[in-house]
Amino acid sequence: MVSLWEELLVVAYALEMRSITKQYFGNTVLKSVDVAVKPGEIHALVGENGAGKSTLMNILFGMPVIHQTGGYDGVIQIDGVDVKVDSPARAMELGIGMVHQEFMLIPGFSVVENIKLNREISRPNLVSRFLGSKLETLDLNTMGKESQVALDKLGIDIDHWAPVAGLPVGYMQFVEIAREIDKHNMKVLVFDEPTAVLTESEADLFLESVKRLAGLGLAILFISHRLEEVVDISNNITVIRDGEVVGRLAKDAARVDRIAELMVGRSVKQSALPPRKKEPSDDDIILQIRDLAVDMPGEKLQNFDLDVRRGEIIGIGGLAGHGKVALANGIMGLYPGTGQVIKDGQKLPLENPAAALKSNLAFVSEDRRGMGLLLDDSIEDNIVFSSMQIQNKFLKKHLPWPSTHMRDAEAIRAYALDTIRDLDVRCQGPNQPVRRLSGGNQQKVCLGRALALSPDVLFASEPTRGIDIGAKNLVLDLLVEINREMGMTIVITSSELAELRMICDRIAIVYEGRLVGTLDPTASDVDFGLMMAGGIGTGVKAG
Amino acid sequence: MKKKLLDFAAKMEIPRLIIVGFLLFIFAVAFITGLPLDSLFSASLVRVGMNGVLVLAMVPTVSAGVGLNFGLPVGVLCGLVGVLLSMQLDLHGFVGFFSALLFSFPLAVLAGWAYALLLNRVKGQEMMVGTYVGFSSVAVMCIFWLLAPFNNPELVWAIGGRGLRSTLTLDKHFAKVLNNLFLVKLGKIEIPLGLLGFFGLLCLIVHLLFRTKLGLAIKAAGSNPRFAEAAGINPDHTRIYGVILSTVLGAVGIVIYAQSYGFVQLYMAPLMMGFPAVAAILLGGASLQRASIGHVILGTFLFQTLLTITLPVASRVVQGDISEVARLIVSNGMILYALTRGERREIA
Repeated sequence: MVSLWEELLVVAYALEMRSITKQYFGNTVLKSVDVAVKPGEIHALVGENGAGKSTLMNILFGMPVIHQTGGYDGVIQIDGVDVKVDSPARAMELGIGMVHQEFMLIPGFSVVENIKLNREISRPNLVSRFLGSKLETLDLNTMGKESQVALDKLGIDIDHWAPVAGLPVGYMQFVEIAREIDKHNMKVLVFDEPTAVLTESEADLFLESVKRLAGLGLAILFISHRLEEVVDISNNITVIRDGEVVGRLAKDAARVDRIAELMVGRSVKQSALPPRKKEPSDDDIILQIRDLAVDMPGEKLQNFDLDVRRGEIIGIGGLAGHGKVALANGIMGLYPGTGQVIKDGQKLPLENPAAALKSNLAFVSEDRRGMGLLLDDSIEDNIVFSSMQIQNKFLKKHLPWPSTHMRDAEAIRAYALDTIRDLDVRCQGPNQPVRRLSGGNQQKVCLGRALALSPDVLFASEPTRGIDIGAKNLVLDLLVEINREMGMTIVITSSELAELRMICDRIAIVYEGRLVGTLDPTASDVDFGLMMAGGIGTGVKAG
Repeated sequence: MKKKLLDFAAKMEIPRLIIVGFLLFIFAVAFITGLPLDSLFSASLVRVGMNGVLVLAMVPTVSAGVGLNFGLPVGVLCGLVGVLLSMQLDLHGFVGFFSALLFSFPLAVLAGWAYALLLNRVKGQEMMVGTYVGFSSVAVMCIFWLLAPFNNPELVWAIGGRGLRSTLTLDKHFAKVLNNLFLVKLGKIEIPLGLLGFFGLLCLIVHLLFRTKLGLAIKAAGSNPRFAEAAGINPDHTRIYGVILSTVLGAVGIVIYAQSYGFVQLYMAPLMMGFPAVAAILLGGASLQRASIGHVILGTFLFQTLLTITLPVASRVVQGDISEVARLIVSNGMILYALTRGERREIA
């Protein structure tokens, strides 16, 4: 490593970001991050969702969100000169380009028009002499030629007068890149998950182009979740976790499992969990999942087989986008799915949330504010809602038809007060709208709503996402307590491997929508890293 | 104290404070210029009872997540058909009134169901589509009024004997049956307890409906469809219930309106029926996402009192009819205001 750095110091960097620190409302999201890219280098930036990659890129582009929240500390240098990037326009002037994850193209315009958008080449004409340069004639010929040059640099052959709307997705990506490299002073080009929407062959073609661009002397920052391609094309890799650089790997030292381990691994002390009367075993399976496929956008799951033992806490881990959260969403019927799920010998209909709930399954969604809560309703109404709708509890039965039963205010209040006390929800009272609660307390209300169903199996999806450390531990302790005292089976999905390893009996790892294997929480970081990258570790128990 | 006042102001919101202030100002002017305040106040009470149910019809759609029911004329037309059937059969008094309600009910359920199916296909633009559904159904019914086989000579044009008249009098049928029921006199102020009581009863029914299991499901699906789905509720169904309920209330509303007014107006008259109702509930503090019975009562009271009082005061002060202008400014201004701040709740 040291020799590498010495070697790098000699060469001038195209881009250097030094000790970048950023706080959002007193919350440090980047801690003294250093990234340096030489001309002609492909530098990969990897990290889990929320690690701070986007914040770093927002700083590089001078996005308003950074400056509205108090700016940042640290130095950015372009070609060895200190620069102050205070707006995206300034970033462009400095020669920093960005290829977006979502295409920013106008479908009805031709390839050339898109490439030259807002930078059109024009000639003065009679009208423009009087009414200003906005009305000059477009020099379509030159625009076409220059666009062709840009496309040639990418080694791509498309009809540059064709409208963008009809192009395959992969080609749209190329148009997007062509637009960036057509800017004459381009020095640094950032790719934010460029291959996420591409098919495999398109991605290969694309990666070739990226190498070609680097060959032309551009410095390239490459952000991707696909670790194979990262290893394949980058000269250097910087791994970020929780806003800190946790590893720098040169090409020859980079291995997928090592990167995955750095991204998620965090040595945790396994605190002893309370024992059970009867340990879960393979003889008593509560949930049998066979050949499950779930079509959840960005998190597809396929050919998924898993047996969940009665009374266990099983963790579902894996990198973002590989489908781990689709398992719970699919079983609960929230996304289209096929396959077979058998609970206690009964086949569970898919794509039917009411049936899943009636089979005594409950779900705490990863999308807490979007799907998990009625934000403007009170804590008590949130807690009892599912139970009331599914199990007809908390209702006064005046008339024979369940739909006409009135909410039983007293029963609801009494139950809500119990839940608030048991789960330690910090609030002003059961009447408070949940919107006013902190993230951790909102999560407890979500948990409370699931528990009000007294389910046999509780699916908790990312239960600690977006809540502070203290609350995280409370939620995890709560899950353990529920499991131990009520014997409830818990399937917990989390991006944070460390917390899975704290509370789970075993951890199933999902890779590219398939189950790779299950690991003991005490398995080594290397095993976890390898498995998250699609390989089979040494500590594998059952596939 | 100052903080309390500010809190109160924030809760009431500036536009409502302006309206209340304006209303007080008008009352003061009326008092100074020596207008008979008591009869004006009596008149506004009648107008509250007369229009209240039409405003109440906004609650179910807002709660179901469909937004304000600009397609209220759909329900109004069903109510009108009910009134006409009752008149055709020469029913009088309360029998006539309740049979009008009874006849319009199945029509409103059916029309509301069809209207809801349409609204489920245009999610996100319900209010725009609803406006035009209202407009076009009024136009279609114009043809119906001409061709429908009513033959009671009271209803059809005197010459030719075909086609319904544009204005029908209810004098011989059930004009003011509710208005005159339990009419209490307090000094010079007349309080139409029957009319207000009927309005109150419907408010209570709607209030109770939204505390049932189904009502709570409708509300939940309205405020967060994905949450409802995760709880096993089909938001498309709950939206249908909300729209049907609103359409039925629209039908009931116009029957009450007609008995109080003493006339039935056909053809283009129902065209703009939705707008004052929308304006009133917004004036009462409802938003596109949340509306309660309280909003209905407060809004109807403010809006109708404003209209009743402004006319005589304005004609006395400026020697001209600016009442209609004031009504248009207030009602359209309120709608505009509510539509522009529609998404504000999402941010907090």
